[in-house]
Amino acid sequence: MKSDDRGKGVIHMPRKDITSGNWAVAEAMRQVNPDVVAAYPITPSTDIPMKFSEFVADGLVDTNLVTVESEHSAISACLAASISGARVMTASSANGVALMHEIFPIAASYRAPIVFALVNRSLGAPINIHCDHSDSMAERDSSWIQLYCEDAQEVYDSMIMGVRLAEHKDVLLPVFVCQDGFITSHCFEPVEFLDDEQVKDFIGEREPINSLLDIKNPVAYGSLALTDYYFEIKRQQIEAMKQVRRVYDEVSREFASITGRQYPVIETYKTDDADHIMVIMSSATGAAKETVDALREKGHKVGCLRIRMFRPFPATEIADALKKARNIAVCDRAAGYGAPAPLFTEIKSALYDAGIHIPANSYVYGLGGRDFFPHNAEEAFMDLIENRVSTEEKYLGLRE
Amino acid sequence: MKLKGWKDLPIATTVPASTAEQVETGQWRSMRPVWDEEKCIHCLQCWVQCPDRSIKADEKGNMTGIEYFYCKGCGLCAAICPKKAIEMRPEAEFLEE
Repeated sequence: MKSDDRGKGVIHMPRKDITSGNWAVAEAMRQVNPDVVAAYPITPSTDIPMKFSEFVADGLVDTNLVTVESEHSAISACLAASISGARVMTASSANGVALMHEIFPIAASYRAPIVFALVNRSLGAPINIHCDHSDSMAERDSSWIQLYCEDAQEVYDSMIMGVRLAEHKDVLLPVFVCQDGFITSHCFEPVEFLDDEQVKDFIGEREPINSLLDIKNPVAYGSLALTDYYFEIKRQQIEAMKQVRRVYDEVSREFASITGRQYPVIETYKTDDADHIMVIMSSATGAAKETVDALREKGHKVGCLRIRMFRPFPATEIADALKKARNIAVCDRAAGYGAPAPLFTEIKSALYDAGIHIPANSYVYGLGGRDFFPHNAEEAFMDLIENRVSTEEKYLGLRE
Repeated sequence: MKLKGWKDLPIATTVPASTAEQVETGQWRSMRPVWDEEKCIHCLQCWVQCPDRSIKADEKGNMTGIEYFYCKGCGLCAAICPKKAIEMRPEAEFLEE
């Protein structure tokens, strides 16, 4: 790349840069050049439409940026554009996500392949702008694909892969690309970007079916289906979700062939011979891995399993990764009120189906952005190592 | 009618558009408008007022008859006709047809 190119916004070569999770999303969006972005700002996702609006103002994209009056309107506009055949992206967080909720199941049912940067933030009240997973976990049954990223590189890559995954004819479901608010969204770290042309070639053109703008094959969306057809239409969505794994493997394999970056649905870290495994998601995995290294130096056989894909839930792979462990610690960044925390629930269910009955501790950590330190991870690992396992939910980093 | 299974349904809640054209709303009719061509002056007020597409007209703008496939028998055409060229009659009179 010529040194003066960046200032002109003319970027031709793959490059490495220091950027944030949010800016990495905006850069992916610039390269994807979606037809429509309808967005409403909410911390900590605000950076995304803000940075992207600069690209629009500078004429670097052809996108119709719709600045609406609420998150509900944002996702409604995204949905309408998507079923019209447009390639659509947006972003939101926390209560913005919650306000959009009404439209999420409709978007999935209309099979609208919206790619959504969800920057995880705790749901109010109390008002809190920092990270936990309560916003996206509340959407786990909305029939959207959910990917949870550990760092900005993964966020960037997932936004691009997400386009292919969502738009695949056997899938046609919207996708949440989740990253941890502030921790990933605002911290600056090195990210390797693809060349604009590589992104363009990888995602191709959207080939919509049932487009509202296809006047030769006109269709109506959202008709009434009562006791006669509603059930069948839901069954179609269930089937689409079942196809995600196969399509994801195809798309991620192709992506790896271009970038060398592998994104399996679960990431195992020193689990092969591990007696004690911590199951965790997103940015906190870093502290968990560091603790694994430190405890291994002391002779403890510990490992870490990161769940990247939460919907559809890769139960078989997870059970396989955990089957040799003596006990496990499942760490949730969201509480389950009146029931086990969401990830723990899924993990237990996966183990049951695989006939694996190992002691499992449930830990809730990091609510409202409380930091997750290596010493928190160590506390959980020591519970496992010293065989303090029980069915009682435990809390890491909480004052009693 | 045999209902379709999920594999045979179009996806995304979609249905083919313009299907209203295939619905015989004429089945709802209890009163039938009967057109008297002799009295008609082709003012097309009936064509304008008809809430469906039950008044047939040709390209020259002449009324040519009534489309009973769609006509629900609301009687607007008969009410608006300045020449009383449309008469509403009970369907019972046409049971033989």
